[in-house]
Amino acid sequence: MKLLVTVSETAEADDEFEIDGLSIDDRYLTFDLNEWDNYAIEEAVQVSESNDDVEVVTVTVGPERTEETIRQGLAKGADRAIRVWDDDLADVGLLDSGTKARLIAAVAQEEEPDLILSGVQSGDMAFAATGVALAADLGYEWAAVVNELDLDAENGVAHVHRELEGGVVELTDVELPAVLTIQTGINEPRYASLRGIRQAQTKPLDVTTPDELGVTLGESALSLTSLAEPETESDVEFFEGGADDTAGKLATLLRDKGVDA
Amino acid sequence: MSDVLAVAEHRRGELRDVSFEVITASRELADATGGDVHLAVISGDVDGFADELNLDGVDLIHTVEHGDEFNHGVYTQTLTQLVDDCGPQYVVTPHTVNGLDYAPAVAQKIDYPLVTDAIGVDTNDGLTITRELYNGKTEATVAVSSDHALVTVRPGEWPPAEGDGSATIEAFDVTIDEAAVRSTVKGFEEVGAGDVDISEADVLVSVGRGIQEEENLDIIFDLAEALDATVSASRPIVDNGWLPQDRQVGQSGKKVTPDVYLAIGISGAVQHVAGMKGADTIVAINDDPSAPIYDIADYGIVDDLFDVVPALTEQFG
Ligand SMILES: Cc1cc2nc3c(=O)[nH]c(=O)nc-3n(C[C@H](O)[C@H](O)[C@H](O)COP(=O)(O)OP(=O)(O)OC[C@H]3O[C@@H](n4cnc5c(N)ncnc54)[C@H](O)[C@@H]3O)c2cc1C
Ligand SMILES: Nc1ncnc2c1ncn2[C@@H]1O[C@H](COP(=O)(O)O)[C@@H](O)[C@H]1O
Repeated sequence: MKLLVTVSETAEADDEFEIDGLSIDDRYLTFDLNEWDNYAIEEAVQVSESNDDVEVVTVTVGPERTEETIRQGLAKGADRAIRVWDDDLADVGLLDSGTKARLIAAVAQEEEPDLILSGVQSGDMAFAATGVALAADLGYEWAAVVNELDLDAENGVAHVHRELEGGVVELTDVELPAVLTIQTGINEPRYASLRGIRQAQTKPLDVTTPDELGVTLGESALSLTSLAEPETESDVEFFEGGADDTAGKLATLLRDKGVDA
Repeated sequence: MSDVLAVAEHRRGELRDVSFEVITASRELADATGGDVHLAVISGDVDGFADELNLDGVDLIHTVEHGDEFNHGVYTQTLTQLVDDCGPQYVVTPHTVNGLDYAPAVAQKIDYPLVTDAIGVDTNDGLTITRELYNGKTEATVAVSSDHALVTVRPGEWPPAEGDGSATIEAFDVTIDEAAVRSTVKGFEEVGAGDVDISEADVLVSVGRGIQEEENLDIIFDLAEALDATVSASRPIVDNGWLPQDRQVGQSGKKVTPDVYLAIGISGAVQHVAGMKGADTIVAINDDPSAPIYDIADYGIVDDLFDVVPALTEQFG
């Protein structure tokens, strides 16, 4: 059995940052493995540990920088990785989920995985759409926002829990091959062991291009036209001073509000 | 061609609030394009739902009777055929968990660009969507180069449609290929109730990822005890297994409306805010001045929680 995990890198903005035109300068950004994909990798690795002959492959659409993130997945137990990129992609200001899905679908067509795990959303762009778009492109079945997975590989069924709003879960059976978008909390992601980190350096990480995958990307359907810090509508009152001062002021406020039995 | 197709959402026999909001967002778009607002009501008690949603601003309601509950295969097939049939310029769906389960698939099938989690729309010069990037720290506008788009709208951003409408209600004749529906909803479960009900609390001391380690929760419980308050949490704390699920505030947790909500080391992600924006007084302790929690907080302390929280506990010692 083969599992494909879509792995993205997300950028987190520092406490203080500046916007330069349509982007935040790299020096104010910290790049890391997307939180949701961390859970997806763990889920895939757990499947490979509890079944015989399971290969876990990761796929990332991203520049060379993302290889550090990709190696994190390999260090946690993925067997090999594929990265898709070219200069034209680098020029696209906003990679829409449809485009990402097409590129990943091309990889999946070559790999023919039984199950694809993706994250519910990327922390920075938060389209929350790539996994389901990918399923539609591939003609795979799917389920979004999965917080429990019981895989019955023999019968080709994934019994999943989809986490709906308000503490309600939907119990659904999904026929394989399928794409599941994984929600945080589904498992306890491991930290990579030193051995894992060492091994990751020698695991295959293949780099390919849209061209090689036979995908021709037309004009991007979406473009970023402005980026700004939101104008806050709130009139938040900040307590200033050292911790003792601010705690004192807050205590007064809380007592005014009737807190403190 | 200038029409806008909205899609209603329901669960276990009831329409969800966002159904009324997608109508408003769609009306806003249709006023700009000069088209009609169509509304799709799929599965469940479609006639009852259609009556409830026959509100001011809706021109046409398409009902599709098929099963009781949401199934993404049925929704995807229906919407693909409906779009084929009525050729809307824009399709508007809720940015909800079920929305996430069909909207991207429909967008791929009908080949419309997809923009998700919209908090604003503008049609002055083609379609431009306002949405957040970088964890709510920035607001971006995204221009759509195509004439068409599928837009998912964030719940709670548009006011609900109201006022009696005079829409034409029609059953849409859809052909569902049952063999292509390869997932089956087996049922629902609810997160069990624990010993504390955070939705009943007057004062909540709520802790987020800023607390860093499980051991550090002690200072939160000390504060809660000093204030005679209840401890709640953001999602990562529950995901880590540090607190039980019934303590989670937010979209997938509980909605709370205490007199005072103390958000400690919580960034204020939209899914968290969905559960606590109804609190009377919101106080945030977060060392990041750009954290979105400060957009809704009434009071704030931009400082290290490990300094402020013990100092505050001492004030009540
Ligand atoms: C479908 C879906 C459903 C979700 N449902 C929920 C839900 O129900 N509830 C929920 O909470 N989330 C939910 N989330 C997750 C949500 O998107 C956020 O990831 C989550 O709320 C972040 O939690 P946080 O604020 O504790 O962590 P972070 O976003 O990591 O924020 C931590 C904050 O702590 C601050 N901090 C760090 N160190 C210190 C310090 N020493 N002193 C002071 N401040 C400090 C940081 O500045 C930061 O702002 C959901 C997500 C999805 C996709
Ligand atoms: N550039 C990318 N490369 C690989 N996978 C991605 C990429 N972007 C998004 N994904 C996957 O799609 C999920 C949802 O991302 P998004 O639709 O951008 O919110 C992520 O959690 C990843 O699993």
